[in-house]
Amino acid sequence: MTAVFYAAYLMLGAGALLTLVRLARGPSLLDRVVATDVLLVIISAGLAVYAALQRDPTVVPVLVVVSLLAFVGSVSVARYIGGMLISSSGDGQDVGLPLAAEEQSARAAEGER
Amino acid sequence: MSEIEGIRDVVAVVLLLAGAFLCLTAGLGLVRFHDVLTRMHAGTKPQVLGILLIMIGGAIRLEGWSATWMLLLVAVFQMLTAPVSAHMISRVAYRRRHVRRDLLLVDELRTGEAADRLYRGDEPADAPPEEPARALVESRREDGDLPPV
Repeated sequence: MTAVFYAAYLMLGAGALLTLVRLARGPSLLDRVVATDVLLVIISAGLAVYAALQRDPTVVPVLVVVSLLAFVGSVSVARYIGGMLISSSGDGQDVGLPLAAEEQSARAAEGER
Repeated sequence: MSEIEGIRDVVAVVLLLAGAFLCLTAGLGLVRFHDVLTRMHAGTKPQVLGILLIMIGGAIRLEGWSATWMLLLVAVFQMLTAPVSAHMISRVAYRRRHVRRDLLLVDELRTGEAADRLYRGDEPADAPPEEPARALVESRREDGDLPPV
């Protein structure tokens, strides 16, 4: 049984770590949203695995809260980005992301002309 | 009785391990894949099948109906909300060109000539070039820096 404990927690922990890598590196905001979503799902899976392996039902209500939180978080951030889609003008620097490479080269080429 | 208990435990542990393995594959896919849509494809594995397997395993292992109903609630809620959030994220990703169009085989949302060449400024650095100079002129025109045609 202890081997099962270690195997399950090892897989969940490795998945969560890889998700954190994507959360840190993710080039765009949407990658981070997807990574956060998956991270919360992995956390709730870990809680459920703990509850099942220990036969301890006290953490089960936490699962409901975490799954609600994941949905509300990802949908609100997606709507926020969708709102910026229409209202952001200028060069879009308020988004907090770097200029696209080909726009940089196009601006440079225009500056030379 | 004890034999039935043993079989139940084995089934539950196999389901839990399968769910944990799906979480691991989600992490691997998130790191390995290259744009938002494929990363979402990897992320949906634990969101639906993994949570479902782990909830069934937990319901087998835990005693008492209250825990079972709550686990069922979590599974149903996940299956209701995952399509909604995935739809919103993928729509925004497509519109903001976070999609590697050069890797798509079929692009049914592409509407024609002026699909979206405008720059919003936050496209990823590896977004495929779609006539950069013309797009720059058009987005300048939209901003009012250049006179309209």
